[in-house]
Amino acid sequence: MKKWLARGYFALILLFLYAPILVLIVFSFNESKSRSNFTHFTTKWYTELFHNELIITSCWNTIQVAILASVLATILGVFAALGINAMRKRSKALLMNLTYMPVINPEIVTGISMMLLFVYICGVLNTFLGEGTVELGLWSVLIAHITFCVPYVVLNVLPKLRQMDANVYEAAMDLGCTPLQSFWKVVIPDIMPGIVSGFLMSFTYSLDDFVITYFTNGSSFQTLPITIYSMTRKKVNPQINALSAILFVVVLLFLVLSNVIQSRAEKQREES
Amino acid sequence: MLKKLASTPYVLWMAIFVVVPLGMMIYFAFTTADGSFTLDNMLQIGKYTSIFLKSINLAVIATLICFLLAFPAGYLLSRMKTRRQNMMLLLIMLPMWMNFLLRTYAWMTLLENEGLINHFLELLGIGPLSMINTQGAVVLGMVYNFLPFMILPLYSVMAKIDPSLFEAAADLGCNPMLSIWKVLIPLSRPGIISGITMVFVPSVSTFIISRMLGGGQNMLIGDLIEKQFIGSSYNPYTGSAMSLVLMVLMILVMAAIGSFEDDEMEGIVV
Repeated sequence: MKKWLARGYFALILLFLYAPILVLIVFSFNESKSRSNFTHFTTKWYTELFHNELIITSCWNTIQVAILASVLATILGVFAALGINAMRKRSKALLMNLTYMPVINPEIVTGISMMLLFVYICGVLNTFLGEGTVELGLWSVLIAHITFCVPYVVLNVLPKLRQMDANVYEAAMDLGCTPLQSFWKVVIPDIMPGIVSGFLMSFTYSLDDFVITYFTNGSSFQTLPITIYSMTRKKVNPQINALSAILFVVVLLFLVLSNVIQSRAEKQREES
Repeated sequence: MLKKLASTPYVLWMAIFVVVPLGMMIYFAFTTADGSFTLDNMLQIGKYTSIFLKSINLAVIATLICFLLAFPAGYLLSRMKTRRQNMMLLLIMLPMWMNFLLRTYAWMTLLENEGLINHFLELLGIGPLSMINTQGAVVLGMVYNFLPFMILPLYSVMAKIDPSLFEAAADLGCNPMLSIWKVLIPLSRPGIISGITMVFVPSVSTFIISRMLGGGQNMLIGDLIEKQFIGSSYNPYTGSAMSLVLMVLMILVMAAIGSFEDDEMEGIVV
């Protein structure tokens, strides 16, 4: 009885979470633009989507920003974590507060404050270089994304550094490694899981970000979430449904795949 | 020594791109267009008190609903077998990986006057009900978008609670309700705090959910701020003042519920 109650509860929660997305996907195959009457099956919205240049460019922009931002944030964050880990308590606490700031601040505050800085920089540069030479775009979005991603790298790498045995690093040097070698061969492999999860978190947050990009992208540089937003403003547009369906399938495949890889690795570890 | 220097680029980066922008925001909040000091921007916010109250009100309701839905879910999840647990976690996480604009858009189409829900209600002989562009729709959007953020921290804290504690409570004469109150809730405190933070902060400051599901009538703080920065009426002075108030408000709320105690913030990075 209790078991069925629990199952029923989860079924309801999952229904609540999935029903809207499934309806969206079903109606991506609807011939008419109506969102309550399913008339005929069609794939025309998908064809239109693939010929929509704005979508293609903004997809490419999103991927470009996500890769650059997550790689740079990871490098910056790993070195930051190394430094913070070696610090004394007070400067450590100060830096941790700095790290938490973008994490706890409302996104809109992070967004508008960076916009103020970028607009100011543009203004200063334009007075020297002439009106309109510099404007918000890829550079400002990239800086903004790196800024909100780094804290997640730091917060993922620090615990790994704390767990690490400091003697291992010295042992490597005793065995003839140079400091750089022992860093690469001992420290980095040891904290790798933290680096990977920090990187992945940065990558997905960057891909998904709307609010901060919205305030820092200027008028000509669009990422996918920005394009989606402008599409939803025009109300009826079944291309959005088609796009949702594609993204849902991509995410599903990715999660299933990563789960399979993970459970395989676990099995191998158990066997060995 | 060299190791401490490793964080220098990070410190510089964060100083330039986090501290300086926030400093500029504070500066703008207290200046006029010609650069002299003023309190006008701050005083003007008084005009928008009702919008601030409405935002807080809707966000509190959404957070409360999320908590009531997520608490049993997190508990049941934490008592499942490991395999099933991972499967369910994956299922709860999956919708979060879809962009939240698309998730909100999905509800927009469902709640419309000619939407699917009204279509069904019509078949049953009820309605049509006007659901879109109401406060209820905005709250629904908040709950839908942020519910997983409440379930996950609750689950991860509850999973660490030793089940024998509940047996002990029962042995000592607690009925189930009392052991929830005396054992489960106090031990899940860190999860409750991060859950509340992770739902309340984005709910109060949203401008997308209110715009897409609330129509023009349900402006929230987020919309108000967005209007000052994007579009024709560019006014960073009032906008900064509003953002400053929002930021301070959030810090106060988080301090009040105890987000800053111990290592509890680490719950945010699951």
